[in-house]
Amino acid sequence: MAMEVNFENVSADYQLGPIRSPLVLHSVDVRIESGSYTAVIGYTGAGKSSLLKAMNGLLLPKEGQITVGDLVIKPDKNKHALKSIRKRVGMVFQFPESQLFAETVEKDICFGPMNFGVSKDEAKEIAKHVVEQVGLTQDILTKSPFSLSGGQKRRIAIAGILAMQPDILVLDEPGAGLDPNGRKEIMDLIASWHKDRGMTTVLVTHDMEDVVTYADRVIVMEKGQIVLHDYVEKVFANQQQLEKWHLDVPDARRFQLNFEKKTGIVLPKVCLTIEDLADAFIEVGLA
Amino acid sequence: MPTPIIEVNNLIFRYDQRLEKETLSDISFSIDKGEWVAIVGHNGSGKSTLAQMLVGLLVPQSGRITIAGRELNDDTKWELRRRIGMVFQNPDNQFIGTTVQDDVAFCLENLNMPYDEMKTRIDEALEMVEMSAFREHDPSRLSGGQKQRVAIAGVLALKPDVLVLDEALVMLDPRSRRELLASLQQLRSTQNITIISITHDMNEAASADRILMLREGHIERCGPPQDVFQGELEWEPPFAEKLRRTLLKRNRSVPNSYMTEEEMVHWLWK
Amino acid sequence: MNKLILGRYFPGDSWIHMLDPRSKLLACIYFIFVLFLANNWQTYVLLWIFTLFVMYLSGVSFKTYLLGVRPLIWLILFTVLLQILFTSGGTIYIDWGPITISEFGLTNGVFIFCRFVMIVFVSTVVTLTTKPIDLTDGINSLLRPLRALKVPVDELALMLSISLRFIPNLLDETQKVMDAQRARGTEFGEGSLLKQMKTLVPVLLPLFVSSLNRAEELANAMEVRGYQSGEKRSTFRKLTWQKRDTLCLLLMLVLTVGLAVFRADGSILH
Repeated sequence: MAMEVNFENVSADYQLGPIRSPLVLHSVDVRIESGSYTAVIGYTGAGKSSLLKAMNGLLLPKEGQITVGDLVIKPDKNKHALKSIRKRVGMVFQFPESQLFAETVEKDICFGPMNFGVSKDEAKEIAKHVVEQVGLTQDILTKSPFSLSGGQKRRIAIAGILAMQPDILVLDEPGAGLDPNGRKEIMDLIASWHKDRGMTTVLVTHDMEDVVTYADRVIVMEKGQIVLHDYVEKVFANQQQLEKWHLDVPDARRFQLNFEKKTGIVLPKVCLTIEDLADAFIEVGLA
Repeated sequence: MPTPIIEVNNLIFRYDQRLEKETLSDISFSIDKGEWVAIVGHNGSGKSTLAQMLVGLLVPQSGRITIAGRELNDDTKWELRRRIGMVFQNPDNQFIGTTVQDDVAFCLENLNMPYDEMKTRIDEALEMVEMSAFREHDPSRLSGGQKQRVAIAGVLALKPDVLVLDEALVMLDPRSRRELLASLQQLRSTQNITIISITHDMNEAASADRILMLREGHIERCGPPQDVFQGELEWEPPFAEKLRRTLLKRNRSVPNSYMTEEEMVHWLWK
Repeated sequence: MNKLILGRYFPGDSWIHMLDPRSKLLACIYFIFVLFLANNWQTYVLLWIFTLFVMYLSGVSFKTYLLGVRPLIWLILFTVLLQILFTSGGTIYIDWGPITISEFGLTNGVFIFCRFVMIVFVSTVVTLTTKPIDLTDGINSLLRPLRALKVPVDELALMLSISLRFIPNLLDETQKVMDAQRARGTEFGEGSLLKQMKTLVPVLLPLFVSSLNRAEELANAMEVRGYQSGEKRSTFRKLTWQKRDTLCLLLMLVLTVGLAVFRADGSILH
């Protein structure tokens, strides 16, 4: 069951000891469509992580409201209502393997579901399935999470969230710190989960290759505000804007811009992938 | 023929003495002064072990490592650590000082260097990594890329011959990685420092003069990028090579050998 | 997010800010002892003038100092109450069985209140005007002589400074782990005491593991950068004793003389 997320004029800040921080989200208005795969990009400190945290009530709005499916998060939301939202919105933090704590992989995966009232036996069943879906085998269930490799730990951490059977998957740089192969495996896993279940997926990333390869929409943030929310191709079309927001571009685009600057020859379209580049160079007869 | 700055001879290492499996099996190679050598391999290929051996953190069961003409062993390692420095993967877990300049000073303090000399070296090192403006910043205000620059400055302050980067770019975002690579290339040409970079990233390896490919403790391939990136590859090749292969697949008349991005631009421009 | 942390150091350039941490530490400790010389309202007024003057010099608002006292106010009032109720002497105002409220008790109560609050104010002056790392350096310097007794002062100081450097990281990580477990349905601070303690395991264990990991990586980094425990090290961060520091200590002497002159005759101890 996919779900839509709607932000209506949301502003939020943090409580830091006795004082409140400056606003981390500033009158945010955005509608994330059900079943979409949205990448959230922006310079460090733009508020991307805050946007994610607002979606499952970890960051309460000071003003405005957030609607997740049929549940609403308002400034005065009580704790118990937030819990049901957290079941719907599965959130995977950056370096999620650093949150593993249980004696066995099985126990760790069951932690989430059991917190939401799932029985132990049922949770174990779910654990068995989810472990395979993240590309590992069932014999890993009896091992200690601390004995696994970095990549395996990350998959177990993600499995722990998938086991909660959320309707929306929200991830903060899921590929961070992994080697290129490991990154691809995790991103492919998320993509297949998204496709097989039509699950609304929201992803914070700095890696523009991932944006171009996996996402269909992009949200660009700057200084706590959403400055653009559009399809991937449209977002990378305006280079000046991207520079203003200090954003990186995919390798192919970078190559294109470099080429155009050096040679003065302009390619017929905005190239975001190597295939695009090949097409473009062939079209202008340079290859 | 000048002597190589690093010579590795018949290195054998086993993590677990009880097992047959050797993490490093009879590894031998040499590196010349000023070279940039990339060491690549899968997890478990032994590359991190090799890196740690080069700075004396691990001792081989047999074999020899010679740095700047001196054999590396328990007696010489402290002195040789002035000739070879290492930057680790995690930007936070190697940042010791409370500010940028304090961190760079740490290595020099360890040598009991007098204050004035320290000050000069710190200023020079920070200049080389373009972090002079940040000297009083504390690490919580720095990005990952900036912290790695400080780590590099810390090594450079010792005026070493060799800089080892142990997957030092893996935790950085793509743009920071490119920027740091560019800075390293510049450093190499101005300081004539030898660089050994342990990496998974073929774009990073493509910056090297030579690539050493490790597999299960053996050196599988060794040579310049144009030789190593030929034929079947287990990894994603660097960007320009990917483009070349794509064009090749479409039956375009691209050259049959590896080109750098610069060369690619030129070829396309004709 | 890391701005408002430990020691609540308030940057500034007041005369007190510019003092060497050693003189501040010495003056503060001395003040705590010399307080006990006061035994009449004249000496307490003198102490108050001194305290308020020092607070004024620091350039930090009085409100901030009050915030520093707030957490301790109950403890202070409780002690004062005990004094008032259970000390007797002079005119008796109320006499109810074990409880006696007398002139002596009231005066004593007021004096004790003043002492407590002044100690808090003066030590707060020190922490507000001195960076934690400078405090560490100051303590390290003052404890140097203990090295003769084989106390590893330098190692302890390094441990302290590294711990300080990582406090913001630890706070961030704690927040992150708590958020992650909240996202998995944990509710902190709810339910019975036992239940609340159980919710701490998924937070403390990962933090513990990451700290161990960090310690190992740091140790490797320190070793590769030439750190050898017990070897002589120079220091980059310098403390310079200036004229104003001597002046500070002289002021303490003036205060002592003033107290000796104005105090009521009688025993030194109260």
